[in-house]
Amino acid sequence: MDLPMSWLSDYTDITGVSPKEYADKLTMSGSKVEGVTDLGADIDKVVVGEVLTCEMHPDSDHLHVCMVNVGEDEPIQIVCGAPNVAVGQKVPVALNGATLPGGVKIKKGKLRGVMSNGMICAADEMGIESSRLGYEPEYGILVLPEDAVIGSDVKDLYGLNENVVEFEITSNRPDCFSIIGLARETAATFKKPFNVPEPTFTEAGGNINDMIKVTLFDKDKCTRYSSRVVKNVKIGPSPKWMRERLEACGVRAINNIVDITNYVLLEYGQPMHAFDIRDLNGGQINVRRASEGEVIKTLDEQDRTLTADDLVIADAERAVAIAGVMGGFNSEIKDDTTTVVFESAMFDAASVRLTAQRVGLRTEASSRYEKGLDYNNTIPALNRACQLVQELGCGEIVQGFIDELGNVPGPIEIKFRPEKINAFLGTDVSVEEMQKIFAALEIKVDMDSMMLYPPSFRPDLQAEADIAEEVARFYGYDIIPTTLMSGAATSGILTPEQKTERDIAAILTSQGMYEIYTYTFQSPSMLDKLNIPADSPLREQVKITNPLGEDTSVMRTTMTGSMLETLGRNFNYRNKSAKLFEIGRVYIPTTPGQLPDEKPTLMLGMYGDVDFYDIKGAVEEIFERLHIKDADFERVTDNPVYHPGRTAKISVKGKYIGIIGEVHPAVARGFEIGTKAYIGELDFNAIFNAANHDVKYTQLTRFPAVTRDFSILVDKLTPVAAIEKVMKKAGGKLLSKLELSDVYTGKQIAKNKKSVMYKAEFKAPDRSLTGEEADNLHAKIVKNLAKELDAELR
Amino acid sequence: MREKLEQIKVSVEEALKNADAMEALENIRIKFMGKKGELTAVLKGMGKLTPEERPKIGALANEIRQRLEKEIEEKKAAIAAAIEAKKLEEEVIDVTMPGKRNNEGKLHPLTQVMNELKEIFMGMGFSVADGPEVEYDYYNFEALNIPKNHPARDTQDTFYIADNIVLRTQTSGMQVRVMEKTKPPIRIIAPGKVYRSDTQDATHSPVFHQIEGLVVDKNITMADLKGTLEMFVKKLYGEQTRVRFRPHHFPFTEPSAEMDYSCFNCGGKGCSVCKGEGWIEILGCGMVHPKVLANCGIDPEEYTGFAFGIGLERIAMGKYSINDLRLFFENDLRFLEQF
Repeated sequence: MDLPMSWLSDYTDITGVSPKEYADKLTMSGSKVEGVTDLGADIDKVVVGEVLTCEMHPDSDHLHVCMVNVGEDEPIQIVCGAPNVAVGQKVPVALNGATLPGGVKIKKGKLRGVMSNGMICAADEMGIESSRLGYEPEYGILVLPEDAVIGSDVKDLYGLNENVVEFEITSNRPDCFSIIGLARETAATFKKPFNVPEPTFTEAGGNINDMIKVTLFDKDKCTRYSSRVVKNVKIGPSPKWMRERLEACGVRAINNIVDITNYVLLEYGQPMHAFDIRDLNGGQINVRRASEGEVIKTLDEQDRTLTADDLVIADAERAVAIAGVMGGFNSEIKDDTTTVVFESAMFDAASVRLTAQRVGLRTEASSRYEKGLDYNNTIPALNRACQLVQELGCGEIVQGFIDELGNVPGPIEIKFRPEKINAFLGTDVSVEEMQKIFAALEIKVDMDSMMLYPPSFRPDLQAEADIAEEVARFYGYDIIPTTLMSGAATSGILTPEQKTERDIAAILTSQGMYEIYTYTFQSPSMLDKLNIPADSPLREQVKITNPLGEDTSVMRTTMTGSMLETLGRNFNYRNKSAKLFEIGRVYIPTTPGQLPDEKPTLMLGMYGDVDFYDIKGAVEEIFERLHIKDADFERVTDNPVYHPGRTAKISVKGKYIGIIGEVHPAVARGFEIGTKAYIGELDFNAIFNAANHDVKYTQLTRFPAVTRDFSILVDKLTPVAAIEKVMKKAGGKLLSKLELSDVYTGKQIAKNKKSVMYKAEFKAPDRSLTGEEADNLHAKIVKNLAKELDAELR
Repeated sequence: MREKLEQIKVSVEEALKNADAMEALENIRIKFMGKKGELTAVLKGMGKLTPEERPKIGALANEIRQRLEKEIEEKKAAIAAAIEAKKLEEEVIDVTMPGKRNNEGKLHPLTQVMNELKEIFMGMGFSVADGPEVEYDYYNFEALNIPKNHPARDTQDTFYIADNIVLRTQTSGMQVRVMEKTKPPIRIIAPGKVYRSDTQDATHSPVFHQIEGLVVDKNITMADLKGTLEMFVKKLYGEQTRVRFRPHHFPFTEPSAEMDYSCFNCGGKGCSVCKGEGWIEILGCGMVHPKVLANCGIDPEEYTGFAFGIGLERIAMGKYSINDLRLFFENDLRFLEQF
């Protein structure tokens, strides 16, 4: 909402307040100022001058040499190229050192040998448009009105000495979408008197009831319809002062009747509409629901198809306006209009909002209606319009008015408990001060019953907390003290899950991995890119019904795509290696109408100087920190995302934890990763549940350990996990440590075999083991290996 | 005898003066004090002395021996120190060469900022709550006093999953979830992802992060809200930071405010960072609306509370002078390595 500061003076007086101070104070009392624009900021030192003499330039066939009186002791000489310059004209003169829009500077100088001490300006050189002038200026310089005062600032002539304040009005304050509403806030903020004069006018002959009849067919959607008729209308431009105010608010002047409706809309915040009575068949105004599929051409000459939920203004035959949104093309004001029907009505906020949405039109009117207007404002606004008609002399007001009431809301009353308000705010505001604030805001107080009655233009004032806010705003948010909470102590600690998440992030970063943040929605085709089969449960996705686009239209069921995209992006940015992780969520649908299961997931990914055992190492470090023992890594050959020979499923005590492995080269290519990449996707909750959060100390033993080496030959495809399983079982409790020291395949051994070397440590808690005992254990282990895995000692 | 001893002493001292290596010292020791050494020989000859002379000469001999031993030790220590010094000199390295590092990775800047905020609030007794991103319309809107067709829904371009399910547009729904489950006193923050139907550009993202805060207890006042959030900002940006609370409107708080802090760059004078205003907006807040309390089964006559919502990206962008929101989600290592 734009407010020209000069308009405020119609209702209150803030003389001497600078635009900056005004903006700061209003912002702090709740009307946020986005900015202040000085309309004439681009124009400086342009004054009214009178052309005294005008002769042809001796060396030019089109330049004139003029002597111009600019209110100084001596007239100044100006060379002017405009064809329309003439003696006796009042003209705008940019003096030496003047500024014009576009950063143009005017300096004196010689033009073809003749001194010129300034410039006589055209309208466009000053950025003044025809709508501000009220007419299309002729080609050449702008000729000013005869009564312009010589030497005075031209900006005053065109309302350019004006500061326009731009407000951000919150949706709860429809009353502030008006000059009067903002003036009321202004007066309350600066503690100044505030008064809106009662509009007055005289009625001419005739009787409105002989001319139109208004019927409300839906008294919920239309709660009030007020109307007056103006006859003997003379359509023409509106006066300069009105055009200037409209222009300052960003509204284009059109003609006197339309300008009056726009002026009242701005001033009172009440949307108005003007019909040409010739277009109202049967003299009827029927406020009714549209019939399903009814079509109306709106003022912008677009056909709009309506539904039975939309409210229209109709005559005896057809719709002539979409209620609260836009008038119909069929009933607009024309140059030859002579009788006008003014509509000043109140429509249901939600209804207007939905209709505006359905037809895709958001107008000055609809954006006000949908916030909820004041049904008590229709008559004052209507009368103001009639007053303006009379003031402008553009018509005569027909006797009488129509005022049909629908189902209007009842008044609100709120218990006034000053002590409760102070307790809520933490303040000590006196009852007298509160009363002053209420008076400025037109909230009525009954001190006997201690009841408050908010005005009907303040739909946001419903309960005590709303009243407390009004007290706080005008007492001053900045004066409310700052205290620290009293009351029961609470402890701020992380939950075990949150701690585990933090621990995992710490472990992974300590291993050189960087955390990433990816989008949680993606394209359904991402799963094709991942080679996921059509019947996979991962294809059951949560879909966004109104996505920004196809590629952000479903919630992910796996984080793999997000990670591969990120790896690919880094590869294409020529980052030599990348080790990344994310703790995010996947979204698994449950039953329709119910929320999906949001499963926290740990995603790992890397490429560069790494192999499978780097990503496995990262997982093992997590397990070590979380005291997860007995994790099983089992080869997986059939996951389409992964390399069939370099992928492992991870489980702990039979419970699935996740999967890690090399990305299948075909998938990697699809994501433009031009090298081997390794990823892992792990179920965070499964990790959390497998973690041992109750670690106990094991007694240190002072008895020395005995070590024995094992060098065995097994089939090449035997996993070391299988060897270790046998060794651990055979070694029993006395086998305290088992370390894989080497795996060898090559020339010295058979092609289908591999040599595996272990260092084992034997220890008893209560005695020193003898060498003999260790040898026996060694022998037993070797025997079992031979039996179960066909292993030979090397 | 006495002359003999004095002579030994002189010659030892002479020898020590010239000795510059461990071996030389050892030789001197053996020559004079070894089993067959000169001083030892003198001491062995003590028996020939008269009983009167014996103690005097004995004392002298001992004195000389102790002194010589001491001098030899001192000299030895000096030589050892010189040898070590020489050795250390030879061990010189180039201390400007790079250190051996573990090449640790880093947390995402948003996590780093999030952790900082969590720590500040946990220090004030807030615990951390977590909730769904795919949320019922009820929690995201209805229970927060934003009924269907409320104009406030306009400003929050919402992604819908179903008629009753949305991608949450704000973390404020967590207020309701927490209040339904927990009885006061409540002090929580709830960080997380939120979604708005905004096309991605330098200052917009359809996914971003908020931290919701909620306090509910007896006698919580608006002054407490101001005090708590002012303390938070001072901990985040330093004690010199000033704050201001501007009235604002949110459907689920009343009174509502937006909080600005004095620009970290210019201190409030006005500069390009704060667009000349001297203030930077950091959060929205307010006293929990009585209707919201009642919706959650908490009696607004008995309990009051305040809530706030902080945009994480906005804070991180200010803190690190990041000018493009997209960088957070692009995850270019060259970006991630900087924090």
